[in-house]
Amino acid sequence: MDRRAVYKTAWIGSLLLAPQLLLVFTFFYWPTGAALFWAFTLERPWGGGNEFAGLDNFRMVFSDTAYWGAVWRSMVFALGSTALAMGLALLFALFCDRQLRGYKAYQTMLIWPYAVAAPAAGVAFRFLFAPEAGIFAALNKIHPEFWNPSINGIHAMILIVVAYSWKYLAYNFIFFLAALQSIPRALVEASAMDGSGPLRRMWDIQLPLLAPTLFFLLVINITDSFVDSFGIIDLTTGGGPSKATTLMVYKIYFDGFKGLDYSGAAAQSIVLMLLVMGLTFVQFRFIERRVHYR
Amino acid sequence: MIERTPVLNLVTHAVLFIGLAIAFVPMWLVFVAATLSLQEINTPPISLLPGSHLWENLAEAWTRADLGVKLTNSLIMSVAVAAGKIALASITAFALVFFRFPGRMTAFWLIFITLMLPLEVRIVPTYAVAANVFSPYQTILDVTGLSWLWQQLTGAELALEWNLLNSYTGLVLPLVATATGTFLYRQFFLTVPEELMEAAKMDGAGPMRFFREILMPLSITNMAALFTIMFIYAWNQYLWPLLITTDRTHRGTAVMALRQLIPMSGDSTGGGVPDWNVAMAGCLIVVAPALLVVALMQRFFVRGLIASDK
Repeated sequence: MDRRAVYKTAWIGSLLLAPQLLLVFTFFYWPTGAALFWAFTLERPWGGGNEFAGLDNFRMVFSDTAYWGAVWRSMVFALGSTALAMGLALLFALFCDRQLRGYKAYQTMLIWPYAVAAPAAGVAFRFLFAPEAGIFAALNKIHPEFWNPSINGIHAMILIVVAYSWKYLAYNFIFFLAALQSIPRALVEASAMDGSGPLRRMWDIQLPLLAPTLFFLLVINITDSFVDSFGIIDLTTGGGPSKATTLMVYKIYFDGFKGLDYSGAAAQSIVLMLLVMGLTFVQFRFIERRVHYR
Repeated sequence: MIERTPVLNLVTHAVLFIGLAIAFVPMWLVFVAATLSLQEINTPPISLLPGSHLWENLAEAWTRADLGVKLTNSLIMSVAVAAGKIALASITAFALVFFRFPGRMTAFWLIFITLMLPLEVRIVPTYAVAANVFSPYQTILDVTGLSWLWQQLTGAELALEWNLLNSYTGLVLPLVATATGTFLYRQFFLTVPEELMEAAKMDGAGPMRFFREILMPLSITNMAALFTIMFIYAWNQYLWPLLITTDRTHRGTAVMALRQLIPMSGDSTGGGVPDWNVAMAGCLIVVAPALLVVALMQRFFVRGLIASDK
């Protein structure tokens, strides 16, 4: 895009950019570089700097079954929470957009969970799903161990998926509703004139026009489920029972800060970075294409 | 739309009501739990109506997790992150949109790329930088031989150190160092008509004057939106504050304080069943400020979220 009116005083411009560039360098590029450095080197046991290790760290990580376990569980978590949070959000947004009486109240209330901090949501759901005091407590009385996320890994996974989806349901809802509201009313009305009912209009008009939003949210949800799950896991299951909820970010934190294995944690970080960057790249490409269509 | 679809309307209300229940029932049950005594809460089935111990539990949670200090820390951190973000984002976007000079596009891409990697995936090395912010520069000076030169010239060893652990600066800076708000501002500045700038130039206003007296007033709504989402974002941070504050009693944030109400396996408290009534009361206190901000600023919150595309 070309503007006619611009300032050409380079020194003011550079000065204005300097603070952000400095911050970004110190807290983004340098750490990312350090992660790369650590991933390809190994700290000597008695100090004295790092020694080049080539791909050894990656080989170590990839040959570790615990790592693949974390990857697998991250996938399960990503798919479960994305499907749950997006599916429900889409349903509610489509119905909310019909703007029947009282829709404003629904709209307001459905946004609130997003303000709740993930760890707080985690703690809340840990209570709600607690075997001794939560909603399943009565069933546990009748049939002991019917529900116990602190022993049963599958229950623990369900617990974190539900807690996480509860928060992201609100996030997705906000985006779906905004996208629906930006669809020109004339399109929907024209379709109504042609005799199509509300459900047909949802299916034939609104859903296809939501495709870009759907795709955008799909990428965001999967990415966030990889990186944003730490708070929930830490306060809900602590990665357990017996590692059943140790996802990739949690493992990085654990290996890096508790196990002090910087090289291993860095190699894992690099893998996660590549994954997230790949997903984001796909998204940028897509969004660019969408802009061209306009 | 005027049409008669009584059955579908009923279904719509039913579905939305379920949605409402999904959002609201957990919050309600947490509130109820915070009003019960320890004995009541551990007697299944789960109670649906509030009891009479709300204030006791709130007070107990408040003292047990030292929430007065923690809430203050959270507030300082969130306001600083939001304000820092606005200041940084507006001047950066201003330079990117209204100036033309060599290196501008490079800077644009350097900043843009940071959107791709959230803090969580580069957490370990970022922590290392926070332990000494000058370590990148020290390394650069060492590698280039400049520190050797400095030592020869002055006789003193060059050792730059600035430790951010347990400081507000350390809590805030890495959270500010991303491009989220910058792009919100960029999008907005691109919609400002060029005539405004031409007129300002004609009246003899320099860039900073144009920025201060024309762009800033125009971007008030933008500011409110960015402030709201950044406040919430900072308030809800967990992993970063957990790492950067080793002095948990004085520097911890409110969300971190939840740990003190929940026995963690591996902690000194050693797992076990928490006092759910107190834990839920703590949850209410920690979540309340963020909920309040969203409830009051809902319009800006939604707008900010959508415009920044995260």
